[in-house]
Amino acid sequence: MLHDISAKRYPAHISIIGAGVAGTWQALLLSRAGFDVTLFERDDPALKSSTGHWAGGMLAPYCEGEATEPAITRLGLRSLDLWDQELASGPRSGTLVVAHRRDRTDFDRFARRTAGHDLVDAERLAILEPALAGQFDRGLFYADEHHVEPRKVLPHLHARLNDHGVAIHYGEAPASAKGGLTIDCRGIAARDQVADLRAVKGEMIVVETKDVQLNRPVRLIHPRWPLYIVPRADHHFMIGATTIETDDDGVSVRSALELLSAAYAVHPAFAEARIVEIGAGLRPAFPDNLPRVRIDGDRISVNGLYRHGFLLAPALAELTATYLTRDAIDNEVMQCV
Amino acid sequence: MVAFYNEQFSSRLLIGTALYPSPAVMQQAIRASAAELVTVSVRRETAGGKTGDAFWSLIRELGVAVLPNTAGCHSVREAVTTAKLARELFGTSRIKLEVIADQETLQPDVIGLVEAAQILIKDGFDVYPYCTEDLGVAQRLVDAGCRVIMPWAAPIGSARGIVNRDALKLLRQRLPDITLVVDAGIGAPSHAAEALELGYDAVLLNTAVAKADDPVAMANAFRLAVDAGRAAFEAGLMTPRDFASPSTPVIGTPFWHAAS
Repeated sequence: MLHDISAKRYPAHISIIGAGVAGTWQALLLSRAGFDVTLFERDDPALKSSTGHWAGGMLAPYCEGEATEPAITRLGLRSLDLWDQELASGPRSGTLVVAHRRDRTDFDRFARRTAGHDLVDAERLAILEPALAGQFDRGLFYADEHHVEPRKVLPHLHARLNDHGVAIHYGEAPASAKGGLTIDCRGIAARDQVADLRAVKGEMIVVETKDVQLNRPVRLIHPRWPLYIVPRADHHFMIGATTIETDDDGVSVRSALELLSAAYAVHPAFAEARIVEIGAGLRPAFPDNLPRVRIDGDRISVNGLYRHGFLLAPALAELTATYLTRDAIDNEVMQCV
Repeated sequence: MVAFYNEQFSSRLLIGTALYPSPAVMQQAIRASAAELVTVSVRRETAGGKTGDAFWSLIRELGVAVLPNTAGCHSVREAVTTAKLARELFGTSRIKLEVIADQETLQPDVIGLVEAAQILIKDGFDVYPYCTEDLGVAQRLVDAGCRVIMPWAAPIGSARGIVNRDALKLLRQRLPDITLVVDAGIGAPSHAAEALELGYDAVLLNTAVAKADDPVAMANAFRLAVDAGRAAFEAGLMTPRDFASPSTPVIGTPFWHAAS
């Protein structure tokens, strides 16, 4: 069936630059669509220089809808299904949103501006998250949301690629490959070549404690940032992330204080948690904070995933695959240059 | 036109650049507001002495004047240092001076504010002090050399509108030659219109626009409200009275209708 596609749309070979979450998903879906794919990554398999290394891995299309364009929720919902299919994981964890008493007005606004949630009272909240019993008198439960652990899920997907026969070349990031089609998924590293791309810093802290158990990510209403406390394996919790307009990737004392006090506000036992790691990633963003798939001859750039790398990468990969196999374009996020 | 120190602006709406869903929405909202002077935070975006260059160029693209803000400073020394940093970073001597007394209410520390204003004015800054509606404090700021005074309507981000109308009226009455700006606490265009009707020269706001469901449409609503409030002030508002005063002659009205 693929033989019916014109040669222009069906390149003999595809080189994908960047094995972060965006490039990995492109490689996965394009190789599955029958293309001959090679993946290049400047870093080693630990991907410590990748923005995703510092990501929360939240798959929260409804919550993110509070302050983003509808396209994020639309693509995010599609991505959730693709993640489910890929990981064949169990039921989704959902997200629980709570607010400090003083931020009640912002909590009500959040409820009004997002879909996909149930308002839960103290009793139901205590069933969902026994650790938080008595801490909050209400919450918003987004049952259909989910999360993945970036540092575990990417190696898993890379192993899948190997099984598919996709070669991953570490320590190599050619600006473009010779022959065939190049898909540039370098994120913020491509900012010199991608017009309008800017860096937005996200700081996060990982703590470890056995005194708190959470079944799902808890988002605390904050006047400026979406702050999540994401439970991870081995009694670890990721607290993040800030959203700061800067290309400096250091972590400030002020941000650390705010992140840690957010955790403390959710549960006082976090006061005794051990700090495991503090770090920051630079997210690539366009001025409208929406992603772009830019098609320019034999080069496609997938960038601007902003705070939503894990949330958007599968859906964007599907869009590229649909374009290459059926010549269809998503007008909201794709452009032919 | 409204004078801020030696500068003249035609817009009486000053607007903040924080809290928008995206820089693109921020740009559209500021354009819709027709504001010519926008506040920028010095502290958050400049960690390590680096501004978010890309974000900053998006503000520059608007062609508006910037008013750097010492938001979040809790001491005189901190505010003065931040002001000097802002002058270098943004290349302007304008400074919105905030010295915060109380973390809960973000109430200004008026004593520290006067002290910081004295230091900065001597150093050549055009100081825009964020203060309470207290006349004594405003007078001290004027004595220090401030030509612009920015009393709050209500606590920052509270959206409660003008809480102490009488005190704001008194400030206007007693400081006729000072540029007065209502800063903070404005939640609705009607609050902004009210400030302008009181004879205030301008209003400064951020959250009410940035956190609206449609920030661009709300910016436009504020633009209209500020224009309406100013036009009403210039037209001369009628004085409220306790009893009805008919706008049509009552002669000829049957006595059983004229009597109450």
